Amino acid sequence: MAKRSAPEVNAGSMADIAFLLLIFFLVTTTIETDSGLNRKLPPLDDNQPEDVIIKEKNIFQLNVNKNNQLFLKTGGEEKVIQIKDLRKAAVAFLDNGGGKGPDACKRCQGKKNPRSSDNFQKAIISLQNDRATKYDTYIAVQNEIIAAYNELRNREFKRSFPNLGISFVEADHRYSDPRTSPEEKAKLKDKLEEIKLLVPQKFSEAEPKKSN
Amino acid sequence: MSKFKKKKGGDLPAVNTASLPDIVFMLLFFFMVATVMRQNTLMIDNNLPFADQVEKLDKKDLVMYIYAGKPSSNYKSTYGTEARIQLNDKFAEVSEIPAFIASERASKREELIPFLTTALKVDSDANMGLVTDIKQELRKVNALKINYTTKKGNALQGLKK
Repeated sequence: MAKRSAPEVNAGSMADIAFLLLIFFLVTTTIETDSGLNRKLPPLDDNQPEDVIIKEKNIFQLNVNKNNQLFLKTGGEEKVIQIKDLRKAAVAFLDNGGGKGPDACKRCQGKKNPRSSDNFQKAIISLQNDRATKYDTYIAVQNEIIAAYNELRNREFKRSFPNLGISFVEADHRYSDPRTSPEEKAKLKDKLEEIKLLVPQKFSEAEPKKSN
Repeated sequence: MSKFKKKKGGDLPAVNTASLPDIVFMLLFFFMVATVMRQNTLMIDNNLPFADQVEKLDKKDLVMYIYAGKPSSNYKSTYGTEARIQLNDKFAEVSEIPAFIASERASKREELIPFLTTALKVDSDANMGLVTDIKQELRKVNALKINYTTKKGNALQGLKK
């Protein structure tokens, strides 16, 4: 008798099974967004520290009203500003370097306008919003301010450590990446801290006004 | 000469579907790798705003999620159209946030508590009043590390008008 070959297994329903699993996973899972703007809230302190006197020229005061319009007060000027122009204005303010004597800013490359900020350490960005401001406008403003700081930090990072060939943001990503080796992290940490001290994020948020 | 006899009948041959399971499995594996299990059933619209200066949140186990937004269409009749907070699987009041944070902290190991981050997943249409209230509550319980979860993109493109 001739040898009988083994009968072929019918795999026709394999696709159905795979589809079933696929649909199950489609339904029960989500693609998570896990990136965002990291911020730190100020601690709620009962004993308020005594008022610190800050020169008006060192404040970049932003106000977002309930119609999502942005109002900027700095350097003796008050004006309505578009969000797309905010980054440039913030960089110009932070980088101004109008300080003299002990307040002089060696690294600033700005216009040295005596009516605008003294140096990186002195410059403060203050943001106040209305309770009826839209969240997306607020995020856009926050984003532009962080972008302004990052722009300066990138520049200063490249000036301080030109042989690294990366920017501050890239170095920060590298630092927080779990795949980076501990030795490299230790090296990066000092450099990042140095730049963070040089260009500190002095950003204050006032509590919002009630809209009427 | 039967060797060269043509096949009988003009029927179209059946399409070979043997590789269909392979294709479907490929899709299946893609989804298994790229997605995570849903933790909370969202009862609100959650259309996140855009930003481009984003940092990645790693260590998922150290993140507490607070959702806020308008109730989605199924819940509009019961909960209205005003933006609300969602904690875990239900709507919550602002005053329930400290209890939520406390329970989240209790479920983590003690040495990890200082590294806990609160991710605010807020709908782009929500008002800042709600977000400010959340922030005030978080300050009260000393949960100061926050993250405004955003989609990656140009921050200005999302703005309407």
